[in-house]
Amino acid sequence: MTRADDLTSLSIAEIRDGLATKAFSAVELTKSYLAAIEAARSLNAYIVETPEQALAMAEASDARLASGEQRPLEGVPIGVKDLFATEGVHTQAASNVLAGFKPTYESTVTANLWADGAVMLGKLNMDEFAMGSSNETSYYGPVTNPWRREGSNMPLVPGGSSGGSAAAVAARLCAGATATDTGGSIRQPAAFTGTVGIKPTYGRCSRWGIAAFASSLDQAGPIARTVRDAAILLKSMASVDPKDTTSVDLPVGDYEAAIGQSVKGLRIGIPREYRLDGMPAEIEALWQQGIEWLKAAGAEIVDISLPHTKYALPAYYIVAPAEASSNLARYDGVRYGLRVPGDDIVSMYENSRAAGFGREVKRRILIGTYVLSAGYYDAYYVRAQKIRTLIKRDFDIAFEAGVDAVLTPATPSAAFGLQEMALASPVEMYLNDVFTVTVNMAGLPGIAVPGGLDSTGLPLGLQLIGRPFEEETLFRLAHVVEDAAGSFTPARWW
Amino acid sequence: MSVDIATVKRVARLARIAISDEETVAFQSEINAILGFAEQLNEVDVSAVEPLTSVVAQVMKMRDDVVTDGFYADKVVANAPASDDDFFMVPKVIE
Repeated sequence: MTRADDLTSLSIAEIRDGLATKAFSAVELTKSYLAAIEAARSLNAYIVETPEQALAMAEASDARLASGEQRPLEGVPIGVKDLFATEGVHTQAASNVLAGFKPTYESTVTANLWADGAVMLGKLNMDEFAMGSSNETSYYGPVTNPWRREGSNMPLVPGGSSGGSAAAVAARLCAGATATDTGGSIRQPAAFTGTVGIKPTYGRCSRWGIAAFASSLDQAGPIARTVRDAAILLKSMASVDPKDTTSVDLPVGDYEAAIGQSVKGLRIGIPREYRLDGMPAEIEALWQQGIEWLKAAGAEIVDISLPHTKYALPAYYIVAPAEASSNLARYDGVRYGLRVPGDDIVSMYENSRAAGFGREVKRRILIGTYVLSAGYYDAYYVRAQKIRTLIKRDFDIAFEAGVDAVLTPATPSAAFGLQEMALASPVEMYLNDVFTVTVNMAGLPGIAVPGGLDSTGLPLGLQLIGRPFEEETLFRLAHVVEDAAGSFTPARWW
Repeated sequence: MSVDIATVKRVARLARIAISDEETVAFQSEINAILGFAEQLNEVDVSAVEPLTSVVAQVMKMRDDVVTDGFYADKVVANAPASDDDFFMVPKVIE
């Protein structure tokens, strides 16, 4: 291993220590990452690299370190999902409809990171408008998972929609990344890449400056290599923001302080409805292993029932497209992005949107438009929102009965092959989100943490679901899993 | 419930997305698959259930009615495909 490899393999906590003791400089660290990114272009994790900006930010960090004024993320190189507005830098939600868009403003989450001293390496690939579970709907092409099955060269998907974020973190192309999660888009790619991803409680991170998909479900969160790193990043990303009316007026917790605290006596619910028919034996075994680890650490395991679980996915695929069809109405070829001329203004709109949106996005807009149209609104949208009340109530009842967190698998399988689902129906692809989508529907925090490798050597993740705004409990529990399971790094082939 | 070709075309028109006849057929079958998947929601008795309006128990925040931002029309139109003198330019709408 070269010194540059050594630097890119450091955790954020180790970077913090190394910079403080002057073992290396922020510029040296950033240069190591820029070289790693350049060498890994075949993964297609980055859409845009911002080396000049990164080096300028790293130089500023070194100046701060020299004068003893370091901030919490001083000099930490970060990748940013293309969904976050970054001032003067390519921001297209991996869509052609936003061709050429360079915001004149900065999202609150990224502004928080820069204010804490983080360094921006570039913008990360993703499913177009965060709609997908494999990163294959991106206008910029798919991302390749740095993980491969043992003895196989077959390219695998990194999951989605935050596939670029997860792949970049796993392949050591950034120390941590921003991501967003509407139905599992942080937790599923984290599970597919052996990384840690947390979707905090709805309202914990500001949505201001993040291209909207489904506003009542969207939440930002970090993907990182360790539970501690995820805690460090979330503390900086989360804030109370007057620019987002759904940002909740609660102080941000000291998540890192929760790491290492005992989980003795915590009650962990195991929902029987998550035991799906035909669930692979390895997923079942992973779940059982997770139960044993938490039990060994002193947690109490209780069987619970979340009876409306099976309705979460179909309800989600009404609610999310409905909100998306409204949110994406703004892409009209007038104010920003792509314009394709037409005979009149309406055909200009229609042509611009036809050329700008990819197929998955168009389909969701059409479904959303249909379920919100006159005569169908009550039958579909209102009914789905009522089901959502019941899903949330299931969790409320479990928490009122004393359950502190819920343990489930993160995904129903390990990463699958690129194009492997190309002929599958949309519904089959949507089943990837079966364990994660309930959490968005109820607005709860959920963390995915690596639990082990399957028989082909691919990572599998466990999910912990917490009470609203009790992210600390999730970090405590996830750290116990991490301690027991160890950490997982893909062998470099790219 | 399922949608026919005419409905897909009507919805695409409402959504302001131009779609070809070939795409219409493909979207019809995909939309019907998803609506079919959603059929199971009808198994649940929701007669006494209120629709969820917010996942977090918080009163909608009110802002002070004051100007906090603005006065940079040039930045607002900076990304427009066509603009002139800080106005967005669109094809002629009225004769």
